[in-house]
Amino acid sequence: MIAPITVALAGNPNSGKTTLFNALTGARQHVGNYPGVTVEKKEGFHLTQAGEQINIVDLPGTYSLTAYSVEEVVARDYLAQERPDVVVNIVDASNLERNLYLTTQFLELGVPMVVALNMMDVASDRGIAINAERLAELLGVPVIPIVARSNKGTAELMTKALALAGKVKEWNPLHISYGEDLDGVLLAMEKHIAAQGFLTALYPPRWLAVKYLENDSQIRECGAREKAAVSASLDQLVQAATDHLRKTMETYPEAIIADHRYGYIKSILRQEIISRKYDADRLYASDRIDKVLTNRFLGPLIMLVVLLGLYKFTFTYSELPVAWLEGFFGGLRGLIGAWLPDGYLKSMLVAGVIDGVGGVLGFVPLIMFMFFGIAILEDSGYLARVAFMMDRIFRMFGLHGSSVMAYIVSGGIAGGCAVPGVMATRTLRSERERLATLLTVSFMNCGAKLPVLALLTGVFFASNQAQIMFLLTLLAWAVALVVAKLYRVTILRGESTPFVMELPPYRLPTFRGLMIHTWERSWQYIKKAGTVILAISILLWAMMTFPGLPEREQERIDAQRQELLASYPAEVVQEATDEAVEVEGLSLAADELLTKLDALDRQEAEKTLEYSLAGRAGRALEQVSWLAGFDWRTNIALVGGFAAKEIVVSTLGTAYSLGEVNPEATQTLAQTLAEDPNWNPVVAFALIVFVMFYAPCFVTVVCIARESGSWKWGLFAMGFNTVFAFGLATLVYQVGMALGLGG
Amino acid sequence: MPRMMLRQMKRGQNGVIVAVKVGGELGRRIRDMGLVPGTQITIQGRAPLYDPVALRVMDGTLTLRNNEADHIEVDVIEAPEALP
Repeated sequence: MIAPITVALAGNPNSGKTTLFNALTGARQHVGNYPGVTVEKKEGFHLTQAGEQINIVDLPGTYSLTAYSVEEVVARDYLAQERPDVVVNIVDASNLERNLYLTTQFLELGVPMVVALNMMDVASDRGIAINAERLAELLGVPVIPIVARSNKGTAELMTKALALAGKVKEWNPLHISYGEDLDGVLLAMEKHIAAQGFLTALYPPRWLAVKYLENDSQIRECGAREKAAVSASLDQLVQAATDHLRKTMETYPEAIIADHRYGYIKSILRQEIISRKYDADRLYASDRIDKVLTNRFLGPLIMLVVLLGLYKFTFTYSELPVAWLEGFFGGLRGLIGAWLPDGYLKSMLVAGVIDGVGGVLGFVPLIMFMFFGIAILEDSGYLARVAFMMDRIFRMFGLHGSSVMAYIVSGGIAGGCAVPGVMATRTLRSERERLATLLTVSFMNCGAKLPVLALLTGVFFASNQAQIMFLLTLLAWAVALVVAKLYRVTILRGESTPFVMELPPYRLPTFRGLMIHTWERSWQYIKKAGTVILAISILLWAMMTFPGLPEREQERIDAQRQELLASYPAEVVQEATDEAVEVEGLSLAADELLTKLDALDRQEAEKTLEYSLAGRAGRALEQVSWLAGFDWRTNIALVGGFAAKEIVVSTLGTAYSLGEVNPEATQTLAQTLAEDPNWNPVVAFALIVFVMFYAPCFVTVVCIARESGSWKWGLFAMGFNTVFAFGLATLVYQVGMALGLGG
Repeated sequence: MPRMMLRQMKRGQNGVIVAVKVGGELGRRIRDMGLVPGTQITIQGRAPLYDPVALRVMDGTLTLRNNEADHIEVDVIEAPEALP
């Protein structure tokens, strides 16, 4: 069997690469509109009309092939090491000149390539017509006009790509002249490299020479490892050329190289490639929108309204489906309660499985609405404007405008997830800004914290829940930024990195894109709920059930029960314990007995939990946690939250339903908390603050460790955040109670 | 044709880049995005806090901070439009 053909998709961010990938593979993928959303390598299969299976690799979006960012290094390493059969370079036809900069670098590398001229529709709306045939002739590679959004031209694109994949075996690098100052030294270096066989298995000699001149740190390190002597002699040649340029022209080799690359592009475009119906300075629709949306006064105002609107949308419209799901799980619980005999199995199913998973799934509609809203902001291009407007503020905290993306993905607009948020920090070049961002993104209100926040605000601040939730988002931002600043002036001191960034044109999001986007993220959440949380729910149930009451305690309670029953006449006992008799029809004495029995049962259940492993841990922690107003039940829930924040709600549910006597009663957790005298708005708010800021969930900790390259930072986040959050929660509780806000 | 630094340009002003006087990472990033000598730019606007600045370059919009714009020298070709 012949190995399947591999096609690599490469191009600028915002050129529609992910859209093309989705169109080709039909795979469910995340489509974003801000730079750097495709950090990971994504793969998929495309079936041709002839039924052939093609392997498609989506390379990260880059502007160049220098070692400027992780994405660029990833893309070029893939090309050099994996040698895909053909590269489909997707370029934005409405912004051709800038996009061809990357194309030129692919040509210099010599990879077999087809250019996909995307967004032909946008270009023609702007009155731009492109002579694709002429462009193909001048570039020396096929150029196929497509509209990835509506799948136009993609079949022809694949046909051309496959034809090329079968034909071209050798790389065929393009040689661009870099002017008299550099061409001489380039030639010398090229000869030296070729003679020594220096890295030539991976890269063409001239390309390597150019990279040395560009002072490409990754290639130079790679070269020094390969053959230190050759690398050193190349460095010498580069140094001489650099010194000469500095002295004579006050410039750098990399500047001259970039100038000549653009010169090459301009020389091609000058040959009647682009014809414009309108003046190039004409304002596009996107620019007109920006005049309003990034206006000095209106911009920030609109931004606030948009974010607040997202909350209203999420909370108002998800109310009904949330209630349905709660009802469904309540019913299921009642059903199992009535159907199964009392015992460990019933207790595990009801308290462990249904309450645990149901508590999480009950919030799925809310999360779907939230993700849908975020997807609109992302895919439309508005999020990049948020970064633009926020940069000045972010810089004050030692961060970068791009940090905003990581924060927003993590839950800066509540409902994200710190895991992709931590990964989004890869777009940040500076190690310090990156670390400061990735250590603080977990302070944001991620989708997993939402259930906790929604539950507590729903119970204790019901009359203005949306406003309080909005306030909590602002609080998350404030705390994250202040802590980031704290890091940047202490453990992460140093200079800031370039901001140069693209504002993609506004685009109307496609319904398909939005649905893929929403479904993907919601599904991630559900998967997490279904697996990790199920396992942890059951584990926690076991911790809360075993080892059970000690014998003496059990005997004491049993004796009390016998005593109580003996103190009433036999017919009253008969009446009270007869299940056939309705509660309303009971005599006064029987009713009284029943109430007393209930109280005793509740006491027994509570004692059982107290004696359980979890109860002991919770009690032990109460020594400290009383400072913030948390009782042992809350402590148990918070310990569970170290694994995943969703667990805080499900554990509270489990803790309270075990404490209840009557599993048949489907009283929701919300009602339980509202009626519990231990709870008041101040306790609730202290808990909210603690949950928002304490240790990131375990998955996030793992990601932090991986992305920062050291477990030290993962453990640091766990330790620091917990201590910090406890301090804040204590402050809230103590001040709140002192002011008498506890009611 | 007055020559000035990009930072000094006003909204609506047009110009052609003469020099990018910075090397290293920032220089590379600026050039990657198409800001090279000979490129025409228009100041499209500034963020609410007057920084960063948004430029129309070729057919796209780029943003950069004022302290980054300090490295870019421009020949201005038009007077600023009357601001509304």
